[in-house]
Amino acid sequence: MENKQTYTISIYTENNIGVLNRISAIFQRRHINVESVNISKSEIKSVSRFTVLIKTTEDQMKKIIGQIEKQVEVIKAYYHTEDETIYQESCLFKLSAKLLIDNDEIQKIINNSKSRVININRDFFVLEKSGNKEEIEELYHTLDKHGIMQFIRSGRIAITKDELPVSEMIKSFQNK
Amino acid sequence: MATETKTKNKETSSKTIRISGAEAVIRCLMAEGVDLLYGYPGGAIMPVYDEFYKFQDQIHHVLTRHEQGATHAAQGYARATGKVGVAIATSGPGATNLITGIADAQIDSTPMVCITGQVGAHLLGTDAFQETDIVGISTPVTKWNYQITKASDIPKVMAKAFYLAKSGRPGPVLVDITKNAQFEEFDFSYEKCTSVRSYKPKCTVKEEQLKAAATLINSAKKPMIVFGQGIILGEAEQEFKNFIEKSNIPSAWTILGLSALPTSHPLNVGMVGMHGNYGPNKLTNECDVLIAIGMRFDDRVTGDLSRYATQAKVVHFEIDPAEVNKNVTADVAVIGDAKESLQQILPLINEKNHEAWLKEFRDLNQTEYDVVIKDQLFPEKDGLTMAEVLKEINEASGGDAIIVSDVGQHQMIACRYAEFNKTKSNITSGGLGTMGFALPAAIGAKMGRPDREVVAIIGDGGYQMNIQELGTILQTKAAVKIVVLNNEFLGMVRQWQQLFFDKRYASTEMVNPDFVTIAKGYSIDATRVTKREELSKSVKEMMASKDAYFLEVCVEKEGNVFPMIPTGSSVSEIRLE
Repeated sequence: MENKQTYTISIYTENNIGVLNRISAIFQRRHINVESVNISKSEIKSVSRFTVLIKTTEDQMKKIIGQIEKQVEVIKAYYHTEDETIYQESCLFKLSAKLLIDNDEIQKIINNSKSRVININRDFFVLEKSGNKEEIEELYHTLDKHGIMQFIRSGRIAITKDELPVSEMIKSFQNK
Repeated sequence: MATETKTKNKETSSKTIRISGAEAVIRCLMAEGVDLLYGYPGGAIMPVYDEFYKFQDQIHHVLTRHEQGATHAAQGYARATGKVGVAIATSGPGATNLITGIADAQIDSTPMVCITGQVGAHLLGTDAFQETDIVGISTPVTKWNYQITKASDIPKVMAKAFYLAKSGRPGPVLVDITKNAQFEEFDFSYEKCTSVRSYKPKCTVKEEQLKAAATLINSAKKPMIVFGQGIILGEAEQEFKNFIEKSNIPSAWTILGLSALPTSHPLNVGMVGMHGNYGPNKLTNECDVLIAIGMRFDDRVTGDLSRYATQAKVVHFEIDPAEVNKNVTADVAVIGDAKESLQQILPLINEKNHEAWLKEFRDLNQTEYDVVIKDQLFPEKDGLTMAEVLKEINEASGGDAIIVSDVGQHQMIACRYAEFNKTKSNITSGGLGTMGFALPAAIGAKMGRPDREVVAIIGDGGYQMNIQELGTILQTKAAVKIVVLNNEFLGMVRQWQQLFFDKRYASTEMVNPDFVTIAKGYSIDATRVTKREELSKSVKEMMASKDAYFLEVCVEKEGNVFPMIPTGSSVSEIRLE
């Protein structure tokens, strides 16, 4: 049995209703759990970019790319291993405002973790941190001792180190 | 939509007329050359049906007796004609009843457009009467689908639907139209869709792929071809024939490739797969180059994949890049349309003679004849066999009939024994294995090709899954010949129970109604055959009839289909008994 590893999938699609459903159905049908998903604008006007994280074998990964690209509204799909992309996740912590006043340690944690306070009021403050999963996990564990009121982490977003030919392809479509 | 599709100005398309969305649907259908479609009315699609009434001289709507019947009829029409089949239904249950046919069309690459009515846009998501999320439900089984909520979207979406259904690897497309969009008036004009920017229907065949394929094929000492429906869908029958006749390569077919090459062709070595012929299955594991054309290495074809043609280099001609290396790794893949690929490779192919190798197929098939086929065609026991019914049909039709089979033992027998002279003549539910397919599909095939004899071969189980479509025959007078091979069992399941579950016949024995009386109730001439001496005369009588005809043949109860590759076995472990 070939080893499973984490793959980041980048998918360029038309910005239409139902594309997410079509793509998620491809994973569901193959009994694959999606670790994280992010959908946003891309560098190309009116084209969306999906970033999907899954754990699978390379053989399966290639087949899934084929199935994704087969979808009418998918322009192009790529898969990348961990070392082929620069990636980030973002997270928010809601913490009690008292901690800022009563606890010197919090200030140190904020400085050391390169996170930043993005909102503060009488009852609570919100701490934002971007980084990789491990950095965020570490911050979570450090803050957990002080009591986290709310925590949320985004899906991974990833930029490839190598150039992707998709922009040229879209340009050629638009020029036709 | 505007940014994604390209359209072609045609005829009077620059002129607009102010019409309702419902009328626009009809005009779109007519612009796409649709003069016949199948469906069932209901609340959310009534505005469109009102237009069918007005346009009844120009477009013929066939009322089936169930929406599933409408999809299979559309499939039968599409498979017999090569055109897009169209089915239409209302929202909710009407729409969900289409799903089996849509899934069938998806897995068998049948071009089909399904139109469903939907509750008004303001009611979406409110659990309104007969509201169902048909776009969500149909997503995994459609090539594309779309929900229209305003009339002005209708022309572009319909154009895109027809283009997508037919182009590249064909498939089903569903268009869901909310009721308000059907009522709404707008300025209509129609332009056919010619491209969708995110969609590449087929690749231009690459020269280096052709050269690599030709080198392998020319170097082969024991080459073997397995061809599928890609030949038929790509209308590449002549190119395929030229290719095999030049290279003299033995050619075997998948169930959906059947009829692309005449049965009598000297290079036709029979069917591959679970109930295929002895020669091509055995020799799959002995050939040195396996050339797959327009087929997808379904598990029913390959048996145990880890022991499938491992000795052979594989050349895969395929239009859908996702099929290449999906099940069997190709040493060389030629991605593109079968017609273009075969045309372009022909000059690169050496003329060869593989007589000794071909003889190996013939010898093994002779063994199969001696052990299996002879007893099936000329039985010495009392019970009628399914195969001898097919033999009589062959004799009466001369191999010119369209054979529509259902799913089960009779399907395997029909595909094994029916003879074909012409392409697009074998219509069956291959990938999905949908019992109940044949009766409505035969209606569609007959309406699409009224010039041809259409014979439906159905088991007693599958017949009762869409038996209501006898009503469609009654109303339309579609001259379909229906042959029910009645063994009072769900025969294929029973065969597996006998072979693999120690004869524990759980829920496979059928207590059947009087099928002849039922047919007569629908004013269809009907006969029952129970004895061998009645068979030939009854089949001839049926074939001679100008109208629909029902023939029930009571066959032996516990007949088995052989050869057989048991699940998990290798193709070379094919059993003759």
